[in-house]
Parts: sequence; structure tokens; C-alpha cells
Amino acid sequence: MAEMIPPKERMQREQISMPQQEPKERICNFKEVPLGYSQKQAIYEAQRCLQCKNPKCIKGCPAEINIPQFIKKIVEEDFAGAYLEILKTDALPAITGRVCPQEEQCQKYCILEKQKKPIAIGRLERFVADWARENNIHGKLPKISRKEQKVAIVGSGPAGLTCAADLAKLGYQLTLFEALHQPGGVLVYGIPEFRLPKSIVKYEVKEIEKLGVKVITNFVVGATKSVDELTREFDAVFLANGAGAPRFMNIPGENLNDVYSANEFLTRSNLMKAYTFPEYDTPIKIGKRAATIGAGNVAMDSARTALRLGAEKSYIVYRRSRKEVPARAEEVHHAEEEGIIFNFLTLPVKVLGDDKGNVVGMECLKMELGELDDSGRRRPIPIPGSNFTIEVDMVIDAIGTSANPIVARSATGVKINQWGYFIVDDKTSATTKEGIFAGGDIVRGSATVISAVGDGKVAARAIDKYLNTGGSLRKK
Amino acid sequence: MYKVFNKEKLHKTIYSMWIEAPEVAQSVQPGQFIILMITEKGERIPLTVADFNREKGLIRIVFQIVGKTSEELSTLEEGDKLFSFIGPLGKKTEIENYGKVITVGGGTGIACIHPIARALKEAGNEVISIIGARNKELVIMEEEIRKASSELIVTTDDGSYGRKGFVTQVLKELLDKDKSIKKVWTIGPPIMMKVTCDTTKPYPVETIVSLNSIMVDGTGMCGSCRVTIGGETKFVCTDGPEFDGQLVDWEEFSNRLSRYKGSEKKSWELYEHTCTCGRRTN
Repeated sequence: MAEMIPPKERMQREQISMPQQEPKERICNFKEVPLGYSQKQAIYEAQRCLQCKNPKCIKGCPAEINIPQFIKKIVEEDFAGAYLEILKTDALPAITGRVCPQEEQCQKYCILEKQKKPIAIGRLERFVADWARENNIHGKLPKISRKEQKVAIVGSGPAGLTCAADLAKLGYQLTLFEALHQPGGVLVYGIPEFRLPKSIVKYEVKEIEKLGVKVITNFVVGATKSVDELTREFDAVFLANGAGAPRFMNIPGENLNDVYSANEFLTRSNLMKAYTFPEYDTPIKIGKRAATIGAGNVAMDSARTALRLGAEKSYIVYRRSRKEVPARAEEVHHAEEEGIIFNFLTLPVKVLGDDKGNVVGMECLKMELGELDDSGRRRPIPIPGSNFTIEVDMVIDAIGTSANPIVARSATGVKINQWGYFIVDDKTSATTKEGIFAGGDIVRGSATVISAVGDGKVAARAIDKYLNTGGSLRKK
Repeated sequence: MYKVFNKEKLHKTIYSMWIEAPEVAQSVQPGQFIILMITEKGERIPLTVADFNREKGLIRIVFQIVGKTSEELSTLEEGDKLFSFIGPLGKKTEIENYGKVITVGGGTGIACIHPIARALKEAGNEVISIIGARNKELVIMEEEIRKASSELIVTTDDGSYGRKGFVTQVLKELLDKDKSIKKVWTIGPPIMMKVTCDTTKPYPVETIVSLNSIMVDGTGMCGSCRVTIGGETKFVCTDGPEFDGQLVDWEEFSNRLSRYKGSEKKSWELYEHTCTCGRRTN
């Protein structure tokens, strides 16, 4: 067992940096970029935790993890115990340990943040989850009696999986419907292998299935069966089908052959494994010069995927400046290390094609920043006559998503707002129809995995309360 | 699940299969499509439903060998299983009693037109069907289409069966002769649908086409299938697959269909190679 070290010494230690694949090497493969802490590194980092009496970090965790407790167990070298501690509230620890923006959540509230060296909570979480997976440590189903009530969950992304796990632990009978052929939602179709290996998603989904959750893939709610039909078979329904529909710029040339939505580009590569073509059958364009429009996390994922597929130049084209970039700092840093070229203050106005419909370039305008806009950021304004052309042979639109109407259309009485997202009570995730709850991106628009996890937890609690107080859709 | 219940060779390159998919069969309507994967490593391909049997929980698909996936699909036998089969996707055909209508099918589009013609007839329409193929061997599902229609006219390009010539010649004659025809449906290769639309353009009839774009998810998530309809971008998977043919940007549609020609060729050649080298002799 490692020692607890005196607080003064803890304060003096620096944060352990994350070992990672070298940029030169990693742009030629799809393997994970950060390699994870070694046992020694994890213990050393965990020893830095001050074990605050009144820990602020927990407040920043939508998954409600008892952070100091699991870190303490790392120091005690009880990694299995640390894993079981996390698993009490977070069913997807290897995933959240990788993709959460910890710098804006738990780590932001860490007392050591003031000295710019917060505890690397995410890296420790990842270490613990990976250790448990490699050492065959599993969570146990709590000893409770199985309940009669059945809950349907629409969508097997982070919100659906979390809600399913929490309710299954309470004894309910869970059925998770997934439209695609693999469960995981955005975790499998959206986030690339080099950020989140798919074998890990598969593993954590299997662990949730072991809680008794029935996963039905290839089932499109809204097409195979309507939400209305589900309400006749289940006692409660949680809608967590994701945002789904891609947005386009609506500029001329956007339907040329080699213009992708980020959703299509990433789905081909991640879910369909087009990067292994022809081993897998799904093809993907290998551009020589790829332009990704947008500067969020999805844009970084797209530009970095294009690079790994073989693009000689991979650009990010963003209408605002570096300061407004919405992607996680770590993702931007990784992208820059890999040689992604950032074109700030640049607005695409037209995609140029040849007579066969192939992309040959993109016409853009230079922008300057004006007054603050509604979002509190300086508004980008086009500079007249500043038109110029970037020579590219493929374009990826990564400017966000909008609500896919397919589920909502089949749910009578469940109200949506003007953008097509479900209207819910913030505290309970309850929709306008009793017994139907909703969370994740189909409520929030494009948000993060961890906010979806948080929504799943809120909904699980509300559904438990609803069912516990005699509520039932099918018995209505 | 997704077991091949019945397989039939309609031509040396065209196959019909009934697939066990009870939930899809329960809710499918004429005009809708499914997406299937043969194996975990396969691609997701959309196919318009050729027929369905709700009681037995079966969906019928008809496909022609045009590449690796369709060739691999043709090697499945009764009892074999598909890895994935989802649906029903897309909007259903707007079936009403219009009066007198024409359905035009070409190639495997003949199969796609089948449930539409049948539903139109059941709704009280007088349905004239025109089906066309290059030659006699390629005329498929003739008896089923005849049963689903009030009248059937078959054409072949080479005159080896039915009337010699193209479906559009017959269509033009019918439109000239009979002013009471209200609506035309046409499904087939893109060029055939485009030429059909050109034929009907001078007449006061609406022409509906069913587009077979390249898709990935088929549920509105990726936009691979987008197409310009009357100057607006639409998704074939959720806004279609049926559209007013006069509004389709055919050039863009054809270009986007050829997006992966190079990869498709490579994939097929590789498959053919492994076939002749080893497991399959034909």
C-alpha cells in the first residue's frame, strides 16, 4: 500500500502528464492517442489529492462520482475498490474517463486548480476503469427483488445506457432500443477510435447488459414501431435518441460528390470501419486536401480522421478567431501537434466543382470581429471583396446538428420546441406527456457525453419515482 | 432473426429473397425501403420493398448483381441469416383513389413498383402498368405485376418479348390517347426515370419517382442521400424516397450515385478474386 504523504508535500508535487503516442507516429494509425497512466504514475498522482473535508470536485461531476473516495483507494492500491466506488454512480467509467471535459467540470472545482495543477481526475478514472477491465473485475448486481415494471429506452448512447443501468440496479425490467446495428450511439458512430476505442464501448455496454438490460439493435423507433406503440407495452419510456440530423451551410456546391456532413464522414469511418477498407466493405473518400468547416470537437475529430486516412493537408476553416474555438483545449492541442492547419476568420461561401461533380476548391471570405453578439462573442463580419480560394478536394461540414424528427413524429402528446427538441422539466426530464421522459442531445441540442450521462441519471430517478407512486403508461 | 426464408433466381443476375423480419413486415407500407447488412464487415445497402407478408412476418427483396455486396447476397441460401435488417424506412407512397394511373417499372424497379401498383388498385384506381427490360430474360415478376394491375404492357429493347422499344414510347401513346390519366409512378435506373419524366413533362400529370441514393444509416442522421428537389436539399431516406420527378436535379443525383465507383470496383474485383481462388465455384 502506498503511503499518504503530508499535505505540504502533496502541494509541491506537479501534475503527472499523460503519456501519449508521438504525433508523427499517430497520424498514420487509428490507435488511441493518450496511452494512460501506469500504476506508479496513477498512485503518484492520486497521492497529490488533498482529500478535502468538503470536496468541491464532486459538485462538478454530472455522474455524481465520489471522487476523493476513489482516489483514496488508488493510494491504498485498492484499484478494484476504486472501480466499484466509481461504478456506484457511473456505469461508463472507461468512457467518461476519456471523453469528459474534466477541465470544465470536476477539475475546475479542485482546490489545486488555483495553482493551475488540479488533480488529473479524468486520467485517474480512466486508469481505474482500464485496470478493472484488464484484471477482470466486475460490478455486482445489488441484491434487490426484481420489479414487474418495464421501461423502454429509445437510443443506446450515453444518456440511454446510464438511465438503463441506474434503473436496472433498482430492479426494473429494461429494454434498450437502438436503430443502428451496434449499441453505443454517438460513442460508436461519432467519436473516433483514436479518442475512444470501440472495444471499450463494447465492453462497458456488455457490463450494463449483465445488469439485466435487454439491448435490441436494428430497431428504429419511429419506423419499426412508434413511441405510441411502446406506451402500450411499457410502463415508462425514456427518449434519448440523440440530435442526429446534420446541418449544412446552405451555400452553392454543397451537394457536390465529396462534400460530407461530419456525421456521414465519421459514421463511415467509426461505425462502418471504412478506414480498414477493403477489409470492411464501406468506402470513404481519401482526400488529398480536406477542409473541415467548424471548430468544435466534432470538427477536430473530422480533420484528424481525414489526416489519418491519408490527406496531405487537413484544414480547419472557422469564421471566428482562435479565442472563440468551442472545442476542448486538449483536442485543439492534439490537432495542432498533428499538423492540422487552422484558417481562422474564414467563411466558406461556395464549394467549387468540376463537370463530374468532384470538389476542386472552396471559395471563402475573410472576416473581422465586430461588436459582441447574442452569444457574448464578437460577431464575425465579412470583409467585402476579400474572396479567395482554398484548393481542396473534399469538404466536411462540422457546424453542428439539429433535431431528427423521426422519433418525435411518432410520439403523440410529447411536445417539442421550435427547433424540434423535446420540452422537458429540467429537474425531472419529464416531457409534456406523463410517463415519458427525455434527455441527452434530443433535449439539449449538441452537447457533451457527460451531460447526457447526467440527464440519464436525472431521468432514472424521476422514472423510479413515477413508477413507485403507481404510474404506468400501459395500464392507463 | 433476418433468416432467408425463400430464395429464387429470376435471371442469372437477378434474385428474389423473402427475409424473416416480423416487426418490419408488421409496419411496412408500399413505397418504403429497408437497409441490410450481410455480415458485420458489410456495408449498409438500401433496397425498396418488393412485397410483404404480415401474417408470416416476411419481407421480399429483389436485387441485381452490380457489385460486391449484391453478389455476396446472391450466395446466401435459404436458412442463412443476414447480420442486420432495418425498416421500414422512408415515407410510404401516397395511395388514394386518383382514378386512372400508370405505373412504370424498369429493371429491378419492376419489383419496387409491385406493391405500389397493388395498393393503388386496391384503393380503386384503374392501374395501367408498363414494365420494360433490355430483353426477354430480364423481364421479371410479370405475373405478379399483371395481378396487381388492371392492364399490363411489357416492352423489351430488342423486341424479344412484348412490344419492341422503350417504356416511354408506350407511355407517350397512352398519355396522348387518354386525357383522364391522373398520375404516373416510375421506378428504375436513374436514366430511365429521367427520360420518363421528360416524356410526361408536356402532359398535365404528376410523375412520382423513387430514388435509390447511397445511404449509410437511412434514418436522417448522415445526409449521404441528399438530393436537390426544386432547388432545395432533401434527404431521400426521410423526405423520400418518392419525389416529384420533374423537380429532381438528375445530374447531381447521378453524380452522387457514382461517388464510390473506384472503391466499389476494387472491392468487387477483390471479392471475385477470392471467390475464384477458393471457396466458390460458379
